[in-house]
Amino acid sequence: MIRIANGQGFWGDWLEAPVRLVEQGPIDYLALDYLAEITMSILQKQKQEDSSLGYARDFPPLMARIAGQIRDGQVKVIANAGGVNPVACAREVIRLAPSLKVAVVLGDDVFPRIDEFTAKGYEMRDMDTGEPIGRIRPQILSANAYIGAFPLAEALATGADVVIAGRSTDTALTLAPMIYRYGWAADDYDRLAAGTIAGHIIECGAQCTGGNCQVDWQTIPDMANIGYPIIEAEPDGSFSITKHPQAGGRINTDVIKEQLLYELGDPRNYITPDCVADFTSIHLEDAGPDRVRATGIRGGPRPPSLKLSISYSAGWKATGTMVYSWPQALEKAGAADRIVRARIGQLGLTFDEIYTEFFSVNACLGPAAPPNPDPPEVQLRIGARGPDRKAVDRFTRELVPLVLNGPPGATGYGEGRPAVREIVAYWSALISREEIATRVELVTA
Amino acid sequence: MKVPLSRLAHTRSGDKGDTCNIGVIARGDRLYPIIAREVTAERVRRHFGDLVKGSVERFELPNLSALNFLLHQALGGGGTVSLRTDAQGKTFGAALLSLEIEIHPDEIELIAV
Repeated sequence: MIRIANGQGFWGDWLEAPVRLVEQGPIDYLALDYLAEITMSILQKQKQEDSSLGYARDFPPLMARIAGQIRDGQVKVIANAGGVNPVACAREVIRLAPSLKVAVVLGDDVFPRIDEFTAKGYEMRDMDTGEPIGRIRPQILSANAYIGAFPLAEALATGADVVIAGRSTDTALTLAPMIYRYGWAADDYDRLAAGTIAGHIIECGAQCTGGNCQVDWQTIPDMANIGYPIIEAEPDGSFSITKHPQAGGRINTDVIKEQLLYELGDPRNYITPDCVADFTSIHLEDAGPDRVRATGIRGGPRPPSLKLSISYSAGWKATGTMVYSWPQALEKAGAADRIVRARIGQLGLTFDEIYTEFFSVNACLGPAAPPNPDPPEVQLRIGARGPDRKAVDRFTRELVPLVLNGPPGATGYGEGRPAVREIVAYWSALISREEIATRVELVTA
Repeated sequence: MKVPLSRLAHTRSGDKGDTCNIGVIARGDRLYPIIAREVTAERVRRHFGDLVKGSVERFELPNLSALNFLLHQALGGGGTVSLRTDAQGKTFGAALLSLEIEIHPDEIELIAV
């Protein structure tokens, strides 16, 4: 049995979680997931401004913090902290913790190869809309192929203490140690699917140990000290999900089911670079306190294509707020919204969308919100987006004047004029996996 | 007899681009046949009204006593494009809990607390 823990569900997750995982009990591998769909574009911009950046900057200091446990052989680390610059990330780790042996997995970054792919006839149509990539070509900011678990397993085989990848899949971080330690092959479909599903369960950190959990959330123990998840993986592909016993949170089949359903598409076709996992084959059972066992998982062969994660600049947006109190809070907020829209119209400004929400009435739940006819206060939130930065900037100047020239009692306008932000949108497309060659390198100071 | 879905199920929701997914999990395996019968794609679509511009797909996971719904074009463009507070559909699952579910007389004992 090997123990694989997840200590970060995204870049910005709880800094103490990975430290507690290595301090509170035995784990063999620590998986850290830093990359959301748009993170790569943020990192690409940072790299363009400074060629030594472009990775998750929280990661090297964390490695320094737990270098003692890593050096003692207690735990090895697998992270997609490399972003668009895994080598720079590895160098910073070594600078802060010189005793660590660090390997990087390269080959996912295809930003310089988009035109080459187009010339070869790849249309790279958006997987959601079917649109060919031509329209957004000039706006592309980053492009990466999702890398599976086998290159990460290859990196573990070098004896590295720390494996740093760029755009690996979240699930690969968990599956890789199983492939490495148990020698699973590319056609061990059921076991690869099991390891992939184990990865899906823990890739969001505490979301499978009681965080963001709806069922019986009021009674989840000690959420302030919530434990992050640990997979105990067996050679046959079966596994248990658990946590260190002294940590807070809760693990039972209801909690695990919520996370299994999180961000799930077709449950019979959960496609990764490593396999296609079938979520309808999972058998779960409660197997002790804060322990769930998963068996019976089936899978199929990996697809011939890899998914590309492409980010592109898609215009500008800004969102501002204003608060109105009782009486007639909602009426006042509604009147303010109409005034702003009228003034935008008079200025001749056009946008792709102007969107209004009334907090405490409909902001989150829309038409599904329970009726709240006479709220004690309402926050008006208006956003605009479009291709013209100047138009969005002008829109932001139409909100604060309402304090003096709109309905009575406007407050809560925060820091004044809202910021104009660039929209970095996400485009996913397919490419033949033969186009993507990964390689492992050991990085030294 | 009608009860809110919250009596029968718990949910979790998230995003994939402009698509929102909602997992609906029966509070006990015995309640799964009721939610499988009553919580149809069409009812989910109507519950969210104008919020969902595209189609709603439903998938069954009887092994987990759960359903999975995909609500297409439901997040105002999704992720970074959307102007919504809940651009990632985090609250859609909770929003579905107010869906009214018809319970047959012989099923009332199944939901007794």
